[in-house]
Amino acid sequence: MAEATLRTVPLDKARVLQWLQTYGVYAGVAALLVVNTVITPHFLSAENFRTQAVQVAPVIIVALGMALVIGTEGVDLSVGAVMALAASVTALYLGYGLLPALLVVALFAAAVGLANGALVALVGVQPIVATLALMVGGRGLALVLLPQLEDLRNPSLASLGSGDVLGIPYLILIAAVLAVLVAFVVRRTTFGRQLLAIGDSRPAAQLAGLPVRRVLIIVYVVCALLAAVAGVLATARLQASDPTSLGNLMELSAITAVVVGGTPLTGGRVNIAGTVAGAVLIQLLTATLIKHDLPPSWTQIAQAIVIVAAVYAARGRGKR
Amino acid sequence: MAPPAEVLAVRGLSKSFPGVRALDDVDLTLHAGEVHALIGENGAGKSTLIKLLTGVYRPDAGEITFQGSKVSFATPLEAQKAGISTIYQEVNLIPLLSVARNLFLGREPRNRFGVLDIARMNREAEKTLRGYGVRVDVRRPLRTLGVGAQQMVALARAVATDARIVIMDEPTSSLEPREVETLFSVIRRLRDAGIAVVYVSHRLDELYAVCGTVTVLRDGRRVHHGSLADLDRLALVSTMLGRDLGEVREEGLTKFTGDHEATDTQPVLDARELTVPHKLHEVSLSIRPGEVVGLGGLLGSGRTETAKAISGALPVRSGRVTVAGVPLRGGSAPAAIRAGVSLLPEDRKSEGIVPGLSVRENIALAVLPRLSRFGLVSEARVDSVVDTFIKRLRIKASSPHQKVGELSGGNQQKVLLARWLAMNPKVLLLDEPTRGIDVGAKAEVQKLVDELAADGLGVLLISSDLEELIEGSDRVVVLKDGAVVGELTGDDVTEDKLMRTIAGDAQVEHLAKEVATDG
Repeated sequence: MAEATLRTVPLDKARVLQWLQTYGVYAGVAALLVVNTVITPHFLSAENFRTQAVQVAPVIIVALGMALVIGTEGVDLSVGAVMALAASVTALYLGYGLLPALLVVALFAAAVGLANGALVALVGVQPIVATLALMVGGRGLALVLLPQLEDLRNPSLASLGSGDVLGIPYLILIAAVLAVLVAFVVRRTTFGRQLLAIGDSRPAAQLAGLPVRRVLIIVYVVCALLAAVAGVLATARLQASDPTSLGNLMELSAITAVVVGGTPLTGGRVNIAGTVAGAVLIQLLTATLIKHDLPPSWTQIAQAIVIVAAVYAARGRGKR
Repeated sequence: MAPPAEVLAVRGLSKSFPGVRALDDVDLTLHAGEVHALIGENGAGKSTLIKLLTGVYRPDAGEITFQGSKVSFATPLEAQKAGISTIYQEVNLIPLLSVARNLFLGREPRNRFGVLDIARMNREAEKTLRGYGVRVDVRRPLRTLGVGAQQMVALARAVATDARIVIMDEPTSSLEPREVETLFSVIRRLRDAGIAVVYVSHRLDELYAVCGTVTVLRDGRRVHHGSLADLDRLALVSTMLGRDLGEVREEGLTKFTGDHEATDTQPVLDARELTVPHKLHEVSLSIRPGEVVGLGGLLGSGRTETAKAISGALPVRSGRVTVAGVPLRGGSAPAAIRAGVSLLPEDRKSEGIVPGLSVRENIALAVLPRLSRFGLVSEARVDSVVDTFIKRLRIKASSPHQKVGELSGGNQQKVLLARWLAMNPKVLLLDEPTRGIDVGAKAEVQKLVDELAADGLGVLLISSDLEELIEGSDRVVVLKDGAVVGELTGDDVTEDKLMRTIAGDAQVEHLAKEVATDG
């Protein structure tokens, strides 16, 4: 009898943690929606949803790439710098038209991703150090290319930033399409499965003959490309290139979204739906506090609480 | 002459870990100036004993008397301060500090202002190390030294801290022969200075060269102790492995059904003169299709390294591998796998399974590109492969989607086998395929190995389980200290012959003579 009761208590706790870890982020989003509906005036308006979604779209896009990197037991601190770089390069090459400018942006981003990937996969530098170098250097380069804020008057860029299809802004559509695409890659492709295996046990993946280096390099390139997309979209929305502040602290927002969304930092698992929900959760939380005129410092404290809660729920995973 | 003083007396030492009795009622006595060999196979309890002596673990029962008084060390530092120093296989110093700083760590000379006297430290370090055959700039960071020199620094440090007992855990595993000589002369000096040395090694030549007394552990118990000179090599090996000399097996206890006929005279795998610095020396072996070749030898003889070198997981300095007549690019696991060589690694948990992924994903891991088109996985084809192998290998999982980490060891091993069989390999390298799995699963794996060989695969079998090795193999290649020392074929594939080969040819001849005079 006594033994039976002893055994059920920790089991229940484990089950609660398990539930929190899987569904906690969605429950959080739902709770914030309900609370705001009650306490925030005009919360349930199409306009408000649109604003929130447009604001969160770049975070989601960056977080998708971050989720892949974290799935390999890595991290990419250079995503904010890549956004800034994308803004600078867009401003420099917009004169040749939007498409050529985007191509050059992609080249720059791919170069950053290759450098990150090569440092991690070939040289064996720890991801946090390798990408730290480009976090600092990337923004430096962005500022060398374009030292100050520059207004951009380009109709195609403007329509990318504020246009819509059937009332849905391009930003949201692009983020949604990319999320579905990345989720598909993770679930249904050889690449996705190899990525997870490498993140879970690199020695085993190596001995199983997986192309470990190639997969790692591609992951960092994809992450940089996604950050560049976010940088271009944010620039388009601002209709200005702002390499000084664009993407500042974005790496932290993205990591937060990924972790809160139930993707463990220890690798081997990538939760894309959770990552999107994680970004939305942080966005709603911030918006709620701002709408109720609480100072920005409160937002940071609230974020910290969410992160601690997420880490608590993830406790016990990875380290077995 | 008065007998030398007793430095250490261990009585009835026991230690259990969940599920294992690691050390069971073990005694050990050390005298001043004694060089004592501590030997045993994997899991015999050597490390546990050392860790109990040095305060890493606390004993469950028994007592340790050190220099006449009962002691109970709470930390390795306490043991070290009392005078028991340990030199580990991996040097445990601080790689970024200078050689001199490492030597004097924790007891640095200070000048009268209480500041480090670096000049004096460097001077003394240089002088001390010269006595150990190490002539280096002591201001250099330790890590710029070779492993051998680092080990000497560790040793010098141990002696300089007034050690009464120095424990050396496989000190020569990464040394060059010349460095081994230096080490031996240092050990002899320690002996002459009245320091007791506990020497752990699997290299028999070294034991006989430097040790006077011996303790043999097996399965956590002391099975022999006494003078090493009274125990010849063959007796030592058989004591260590727990086999009686001349013990003849009437019938097999394993599930292996017997000999296989090699179906082809052309070897499917041919490894020539594989050399890996400090690990393998010109190891050659070949396997024909349908043949199970055993790899015999003691722990540390280079069995695992041989398998890893063949499979590309360990880069070789020289040598070549051909698979079905096609040369293999060395040092590349993917190339070896493409050529049809599959390795079931010894360390199943950290190098084999991907614990967080499902049974299904683990089985499909290596073969995935073949089940995909344009990088898109065909789930139907994966399902069919996974189902086939779950049935064929009788893998017990609640569903293909259960995490592999949750399965029993035997089922994990079967999942790994399935991963490789799905690749349709030509050669299987099995490194301890049945270690740590239960009896039932063991029998199944053994039966499977038989079936696979019957299907024409070439199999390399590494096992510390002598029964398994002898009964499972058609031929046994014997390794010692990283080199091939013999090969057993036909009726010579017996435990007796194997142990004789491990013990060394000279010993065998010596024994043959003995038998002749006796008979």
